[in-house]
Amino acid sequence: MDIVLQQLVNGLTLGSVYGLIAIGYTMVYGIIGMINFAHGDVYMVSAYITAIAIALLTFFGIESFPIIIIGTLFLTVAVTGAYGWVIERVAYRPLRNSSRLSVLISAIGMSLILQNYVQLSQGANQQGVPTLLTGAIRFSVGDGFVQITYMKLLILLISLLGMGVLTYVIQKTKLGRMCRATQQDRKMASILGIDTDKVISTVFVIGAMMAALAGVLITLDYGAFDFYVGFIIGIKAFTAAVLGGIGSLPGAMLGGLILGLSEALFAGLISSDYKDVFSFSLLVLILIIRPSGLLGKPEVEKV
Amino acid sequence: MSNAVIRKTLISLAVAGAATLAQADVVIGVAGPHTGAYAAFGEQMWKGAEKAAADLNAAGGINGEMIKLVKADDACEPKQAVSIANRLVDSDGALAVVGHFCSSSSIPASRIYEEGGVLMVTPASTNPTLTDQGLPNVFRVCGRDDQQGDVAASYIVDQLGAKRVAVIHDKDTYGKGLADATKATLNAYGIQEVMYEGLTRGEKDFNALITKIRSVDADVVYFGGLHSEAGPLVRQLREQGSKAIFISGDGIVSDEFVSVAGSPEYVDGVLMTFGAPPSSYPSGKKVIGEFRAAGYEPEGYTLYSYTAMQIVAAALGNNDLDPIKGAEWLQSNSINTVMGKKDFDEKGDLTVSDYVMYQWNAQGKYNQVN
Repeated sequence: MDIVLQQLVNGLTLGSVYGLIAIGYTMVYGIIGMINFAHGDVYMVSAYITAIAIALLTFFGIESFPIIIIGTLFLTVAVTGAYGWVIERVAYRPLRNSSRLSVLISAIGMSLILQNYVQLSQGANQQGVPTLLTGAIRFSVGDGFVQITYMKLLILLISLLGMGVLTYVIQKTKLGRMCRATQQDRKMASILGIDTDKVISTVFVIGAMMAALAGVLITLDYGAFDFYVGFIIGIKAFTAAVLGGIGSLPGAMLGGLILGLSEALFAGLISSDYKDVFSFSLLVLILIIRPSGLLGKPEVEKV
Repeated sequence: MSNAVIRKTLISLAVAGAATLAQADVVIGVAGPHTGAYAAFGEQMWKGAEKAAADLNAAGGINGEMIKLVKADDACEPKQAVSIANRLVDSDGALAVVGHFCSSSSIPASRIYEEGGVLMVTPASTNPTLTDQGLPNVFRVCGRDDQQGDVAASYIVDQLGAKRVAVIHDKDTYGKGLADATKATLNAYGIQEVMYEGLTRGEKDFNALITKIRSVDADVVYFGGLHSEAGPLVRQLREQGSKAIFISGDGIVSDEFVSVAGSPEYVDGVLMTFGAPPSSYPSGKKVIGEFRAAGYEPEGYTLYSYTAMQIVAAALGNNDLDPIKGAEWLQSNSINTVMGKKDFDEKGDLTVSDYVMYQWNAQGKYNQVN
């Protein structure tokens, strides 16, 4: 019993992080119908910025954990957001009216550029950040115990907060209305006076910021990263986005949670060798039953 | 640019090319993960080989020819290993290769070198298959995983008296081979592992796996794999409150293991098998001193690569730079290296294996366990 509960905790934290990154894929797809393959690498860049931010803050003599984490979050989210803006400006906007395939190739190119740029500027070695927050809460369950480290608690809290704020922004604010309008019909939105280029830029920035949130949290928790770390997690987050229905914001979060939970439960209760096989079989199954994902809207052919 | 100028440029380029060929030197490849997550090991190899080549060149090279090293990066990827092996053989004209690092790269590359008649001496690939293939050109200056697994398993049984052993591997040729070797010896001692599972290289979250280790109540966790996964694994193991003893092999022998784990407190007490410490080789004292004087600690496979280079030089030097004759010669001659006298058996393995147990301490350093 304690083991199942512990696996649920493991899966929930992993899944909330997948969800955060999946938001970037799903929002970009929703608004311009492209898959931003460089998104995993934006996450990777944010891991490096996290390490740099921590080093900077400690260099200036700040030692209290809350200030370091808030400062790091603020710095990393801002700088990574800027990366998101620049990437869209450089790699995608010039191709706005060309075929989807060219944008896709451009995204793959961007992904390679980011990886190589980080590898050349930061070195190819494994990097690490020191542990800042230790300790855990334990509950006894039967003979055993279930524990959640403070770091994991922080991951859950901050990712829920991030998702909540984003949902509010999209549903309730003027910016969110502009995003939704652009998503529904870009041409009509621009006729009605919405600067759609600006909206698309904003969506890229938001996606990058969410990835940065995940980058800070994961980097602080696992401590280790390298220039290639965006690949696996990017694929997983993309899977989560497709699972939940690509283009749908709650879908990305739900997809992330389902993927995280299914991985943790399968690895923990059956076999960790085949956990990815299981997750992807689940994906195939869900796509057979619901081709547009769990919360995705079926594609309507516009006439 | 007029045609004449173009022609002149081309001619001068051709002449320049011929000139480099004329002072052709002995080209030796240093193949390993020079980039990627395992680049720390590539650096160990390069530092060792570079110093050996410099020392050999300073002493007159091989039969008067200067050694020219070519860095070949396989990033520990089998596919890339094959393509750079082809490049070393075909376009670089390498006579010998020091490498590769990962067994999963060394094994496919070794066949390319065999076809191309190139001598291959790996400082680090320990998977038994590499030399069991029966290729005449392949040698290694490290031990084999079946020997390493023996040492680890007997330590687990005799010294730790452990009964509940969880065996984890990274599903790669090296990691799984080593885990299987240890498991086989454990089973021979009558100990059945409580858990045997693989994790995925490149992932960082092993919490689900660790909860499972906790649930089977393991008192020893044996891991076959490299430091980039071992670091997060041991850290998350401790974070989940497990006190199980963590043992691994020569894949974690880099101080990057500490930084990947997050802090020295997590690696404190971790055991690993690796060849005897350099201090046990009096002949290596001078070279180690020179490394340190240059501000580099020759850890892990640095000296092994130095040794591999010396063996290549001896084989080529005594056989008129013929790699095939050199390979035959190696099987019946012993070579004096910085790591003592080395003899090879007919497979290309060392006749003497010297695996011992090391332990990491709270300062993030490792020492031999007495």
